[in-house]
Amino acid sequence: MSNNGRPLSPHLSIYRWPITMTTSILHRATGIALSIGFIVFSIWLFDAASGAGSYKVFSSYLDTWAGKILLIGLSFSFFFHLGNGVRHLVWDTGRGFEKSTADASAWFVIIFACALTALFWWARS
Amino acid sequence: MAEFRLPKNSRIKKGKHFAAADGASNVRQLAVYRYDPSSGDNPRMDTYDVDLDSCGPMVLDALIKIKNEIDPTLTFRRSCREGICGSCAMNIDGGNTLACTRALDEVKGSVKIYPLPHMPVVKDLVPDLTNFYAQYASVKPWLQTRTPPPPDQERLQSKDDQELINEPAACILCACCSTSCPSYWWNSDRYLGPAALLASYRWLVDSRDEATGERLDELEDPFRLYRCHTIMNCTQTCPKGLNPAQAIAETKKMMVERKF
Repeated sequence: MSNNGRPLSPHLSIYRWPITMTTSILHRATGIALSIGFIVFSIWLFDAASGAGSYKVFSSYLDTWAGKILLIGLSFSFFFHLGNGVRHLVWDTGRGFEKSTADASAWFVIIFACALTALFWWARS
Repeated sequence: MAEFRLPKNSRIKKGKHFAAADGASNVRQLAVYRYDPSSGDNPRMDTYDVDLDSCGPMVLDALIKIKNEIDPTLTFRRSCREGICGSCAMNIDGGNTLACTRALDEVKGSVKIYPLPHMPVVKDLVPDLTNFYAQYASVKPWLQTRTPPPPDQERLQSKDDQELINEPAACILCACCSTSCPSYWWNSDRYLGPAALLASYRWLVDSRDEATGERLDELEDPFRLYRCHTIMNCTQTCPKGLNPAQAIAETKKMMVERKF
């Protein structure tokens, strides 16, 4: 689209994010994180299948602070993407489009994902 | 690919400050996006101290007061001042809305005013809506029929059928929704945007229209319709309380249902 040298009005930098916009971009971000996470998951499975020695090396990496943050991030991504995916399925049936409903379902998914991530790590320890 | 940073000629500089007249006690600051095409300079933010004791309650009242009394070079569109013409659509306090229906009271602190987001700026708060209108025209927003009309009366519809188009037909084409949509920001050359899709839906569900199939064929495209990712900014920002996101979801449903 030609704009005759006209300036472009500001967008991302000035827009106040509704909660539904936040969950939308989080859905995409967690989707990307999960596809990277599956590489980590495959390496983990591969190393587990290759015997105790190689498994030890890999799990020692995951046992560091950075590794733990990665795993907590991946588990949050999984729960968020799952919850918001269901939200999208409901939307696909034409339901849940009222402003108040969409805001409530956005907060619900965020709290759902945080709670399940916490529960998951609590249950593990 | 989405370009998140503003181009060099669009980055906003600090502008001038216009202080209120002496003796003004109830002062509110408005920060307004300014761009003068004849100067060759980048856009800037000017700030105006407005005396609310001699100003109407709406953001548009303050803009008109600035233009009349403080700075006549300020340029913006306005007409009806009662939320039905859609001319004074702009970004106020981070959301797109009509300056004539947004009260100054509703905004906390300095009132920041920008043109509708991610649009070519003609001058100050006036965006170029050429592409937006072309997209509206592309959905053929008029009645299309194949059968001849009844000889002795208009094409009638039931009250229930009328209620289906009642809400989508209330759109005033202010462009608040389309320019609030990140998907539209990054793909306005190929994605029709919520306003045009709401207009399309208004004719898709019209019981008298006989071009439903052709209308859906036109939308069957990875961009035109399916760039909607249900971000919901359109519905959140619509100053008329309409629901373009729902209309788009219903259109997507029609796409699937016609295959069975």
